[in-house]
Amino acid sequence: MTPAPAPPPVASSSPRQAALLATRAVAAQRWRIAALLTLGMVLVYFGFIALVAFQPARLGALVSDGLSVGIVLGACVIVSAWVLTWTYVSWANRVYDPALAALKSNHGSAGSAATEPTS
Amino acid sequence: MQAAAPAAAAPTTTFGTPDPVAIGFFAVFICVTLAITWWAARRTQTAEHFYAAGRAVTAGQNGFALAGDYMSAASFLGIAGLVSTSGFDGLIYSTGWLVGWPVVLFLIAEPLRNLGRYTFADVVAARLDPVPVRISAAYGTLATIAFYLIAQMVGAGSLIRLLFGIPYESAVMIVGAAMMAYVLFGGMLATTWVQIVKAVLLLGGAALLALLVLSRFGFDPRALFAAAAAQQGAGVLAPGKLVSNPLDAISLGLALMFGTAGLPHILMRFYTVPDAVAARKSVFIATGLIGLFYLMTFILGFGAMVLVGPTAIKSIDAGGNMAAPMLAELLGGRPFLGFIAAVAFATILAVVAGLALSGAAAISHDLWSSVVRKGHPKPGEELKVARLATIGLALVAIALGVAFKGQNVAFMVGLAFAIAASANFPALVLSVFWRRTSTAGAAASMVVGTTATLALIALSPAVQVDLLHQSSAIFPLKNPALVTIPLSFLTGILVSLLAPDANGDARYTALEQRLLLGED
Repeated sequence: MTPAPAPPPVASSSPRQAALLATRAVAAQRWRIAALLTLGMVLVYFGFIALVAFQPARLGALVSDGLSVGIVLGACVIVSAWVLTWTYVSWANRVYDPALAALKSNHGSAGSAATEPTS
Repeated sequence: MQAAAPAAAAPTTTFGTPDPVAIGFFAVFICVTLAITWWAARRTQTAEHFYAAGRAVTAGQNGFALAGDYMSAASFLGIAGLVSTSGFDGLIYSTGWLVGWPVVLFLIAEPLRNLGRYTFADVVAARLDPVPVRISAAYGTLATIAFYLIAQMVGAGSLIRLLFGIPYESAVMIVGAAMMAYVLFGGMLATTWVQIVKAVLLLGGAALLALLVLSRFGFDPRALFAAAAAQQGAGVLAPGKLVSNPLDAISLGLALMFGTAGLPHILMRFYTVPDAVAARKSVFIATGLIGLFYLMTFILGFGAMVLVGPTAIKSIDAGGNMAAPMLAELLGGRPFLGFIAAVAFATILAVVAGLALSGAAAISHDLWSSVVRKGHPKPGEELKVARLATIGLALVAIALGVAFKGQNVAFMVGLAFAIAASANFPALVLSVFWRRTSTAGAAASMVVGTTATLALIALSPAVQVDLLHQSSAIFPLKNPALVTIPLSFLTGILVSLLAPDANGDARYTALEQRLLLGED
């Protein structure tokens, strides 16, 4: 994960155009993270379903007394959903929110909005 | 579902008799929630309060309310029952009900909060022509809600008859009347707090029950699973007959995963928080709570299997729905059964209230104000229409509940998720993330998604074989999501390319900053 782009050093004719390009860069970055994490969840869950459907015997094998591979993997699906949401939230707190704050102050100084920049 | 007479296998049970403890707990819940409604009613004067609780709900509160909206009686009683009678196979559902939440977080929550006001159609319509988009979105929303409501009302009627000994029709009317009171007078604020109270009760009740189970096994889940394997055979820890057709499992999985991100009553909750950051936090909290709940269903299900026994559970209700209440009676006696029964009733009430509110918003905000009044309703008019719609929906819900009495409607929850995944979710994703989405494309994707789902479910084994008792079905899958989600996306993309909007690119550009930064 790369750090958030600061308002990009694009030599643009209009500050409004520069603000739009900066917005698009942040939006594209968020889309990449969101798509990647969604794909991760899809692979984990449908991987689990595929194992249930095609390798039932393997999931029935016991890790220890009473604990089958299937039960462990089922719990892992739930834990991985937690881990993926935590990954996104922590990325958003570290990278995305500061990038949005930079965009907001940038818009204010670019004068593209009539409203005062707010925090 | 005919209630069996209390069988010899379970001589101690008191199911189906009017139980003063259960009714007492439930009366307390009704009184508390009506008091909340009375408090909320004085704060619900405008449409913004009615639909969105004044956008003053905190991220933590909304996290609990999202969990409360989502954890239905079907998942509490149904999954515990499924695990208790079929072991590992039930866990496939436990996991499936959770995996939609990360998708909500990654793709939907923040753009939704930034672009919309009251309904998900606000987001789709933000840069498109409102009239066709709103009509199609209301079609998808109301179809989703109708099937979800039928499943909840029929479930309520049968459960309450078993748990409290109240006749089916009276139970359906009590649920309809209480739901109407919450929504009509208290709007989103009362609904939110009903969800929070219910979520705390449900999580607390399930946790207490799980702890009582584990205390019998030295607080080691492995000892519980081992006891289940010793008693019922090692097969209960391995995949069984439930996933005989992998395509069926994948199709249901797709509906659960992407349907959550298209459920109108869930999406509406994101408008109750102040901003997108709070929306994000609330999904994070909800995912944690819901995951915890489904992990506990592992313990409850296997606990009921070992301590109550599948035969005794099936003798009370063939579908296994009474596993958790029977476990409660065994471990905590009649008072604990009364508590769990009241929690199950509260659960249904809360979910039904959330559904009714989002249906009322689709009728008043999307259809009345945006389509009939072309976006210029008279002052105060939208709120009046929303309240009338609430009364209408409550009457429809009661009528549907009575009409479907005795039918096996379990598949309807899966159907509601299939419609949400095939009608609402593709249009939302396309309109937010794809610049070239056009009015015709978004509308076509919602109409085709909803209609195709309805048609395929009517031709599926769930209706043809299970409901109409035909020997075979034209469409092989029980849940159509595997076909209808790609179909809806494809329709949206093709129609957008063939019928672009005149100034679509400029309209999307005008929206790009709001998509990230919100209104202010």
